[in-house]
Amino acid sequence: MRAYSRPTEFNWWLTNRTYFFFVVRELTSVLIAAYMVFLLVLLRRLAAGPEAYAAYLRFLGSPGMLLFHLAALAAALYHSITWFRLAPMAITLRVRGRRVPGATVVAANYAAWLVVSLVVAWIVLRS
Amino acid sequence: MMAEQTVAERTITLEVFRYRPEQESEPTFQTYEIPYREDWVVLDALNYIKDSVDGSLTYRWSCRMGVCGSCGMMVNGVPKLTCSTFLKDYYPHPIRIEPLANFPVARDLAIVLDDFMAKLVHVRPWIIRRQEEPLEAGEYRQTPEELDRYKHFSMCINCMLCYAACPIYGLEPEFVGPAAIALAQRYNLDSRDQGGRERMGILSTHEGIWACTLVGECTTVCPAEVDPAGAIQQAKLASALGWLRRVLVPWGNK
Ligand code: SF4
Ligand code: FES
Repeated sequence: MRAYSRPTEFNWWLTNRTYFFFVVRELTSVLIAAYMVFLLVLLRRLAAGPEAYAAYLRFLGSPGMLLFHLAALAAALYHSITWFRLAPMAITLRVRGRRVPGATVVAANYAAWLVVSLVVAWIVLRS
Repeated sequence: MMAEQTVAERTITLEVFRYRPEQESEPTFQTYEIPYREDWVVLDALNYIKDSVDGSLTYRWSCRMGVCGSCGMMVNGVPKLTCSTFLKDYYPHPIRIEPLANFPVARDLAIVLDDFMAKLVHVRPWIIRRQEEPLEAGEYRQTPEELDRYKHFSMCINCMLCYAACPIYGLEPEFVGPAAIALAQRYNLDSRDQGGRERMGILSTHEGIWACTLVGECTTVCPAEVDPAGAIQQAKLASALGWLRRVLVPWGNK
């Protein structure tokens, strides 16, 4: 018997909406990783003294960096929202023998996000 | 003359994937125009072709009621059980029928399943006991709540739609894949089973659960509501927690 193996087409991720959203979600990780690198650089500049830090802050005001931040924010939002939508698959909670519905799990994720954001906002805006 | 005979017969076009290894090295598509019936499923149309048009067409089926899992095919690019996919959902457009994606094709619409069979055995989908109780000890008992934890994972009919829907399996054929992991998880969650660690050693590998990047399409296409994507994510969570426990409590060794 000579079985025929069909090659995976290069454009497989364009053939189905879920595949497309998935590949975009994977790609957003690149921007999120880039943002992590940015945070590390920021820390280094801060450690290098107030002058270096001030110079870096001026550089951050440039349109390119602004664009990068907007793009990173969009990527992070997309990534989080699509992950939250999938959360009920990973988390099955039982309360008194009954499975907690998926919508509740998703809502809990958003609530946790909100709480963390509020805490961060409080820390940042307090000063 | 009977009324229905005067009505011009409505037809539907089927574009069917053909591969006859003894006469061609590349597959082709063959077009059949057949009578359209509102209550027909795709499998009925294929049976019509086989009985009245072209007896050489090869495909698998058995139960015609979504139980045996042998009639899975790509219908317009989507993995479906052809015995539960109605022509009326596509009519009057043509329907393209191909063998399940990501599997080698044996002939026409019949795929080669050997890879899945090997993977299924590999994950040890049976109850493992450290020590078998003697027969006199009676049966291993289980409460309805305990049954409930894994029951939906046990409903798999091995139809392979989830493998056909999984792009990871298409790109990395070593991936153990949705149904096999769901079945492994079915035993991991069974209160009578003691083989969880053994099975996790097999599952918690790059070809196992960690190959999955959660596309979620396996759960979408599953006709038996097994939720294989859920099984994989839960196995990931269990594996990560197990690792954490080993790191934090090295003397625990549990
Ligand atoms: S998990 Fe669902 S889609 Fe996959 S083989 Fe089993 S029944 Fe079919
Ligand atoms: S023929 Fe058995 S599931 Fe379709």
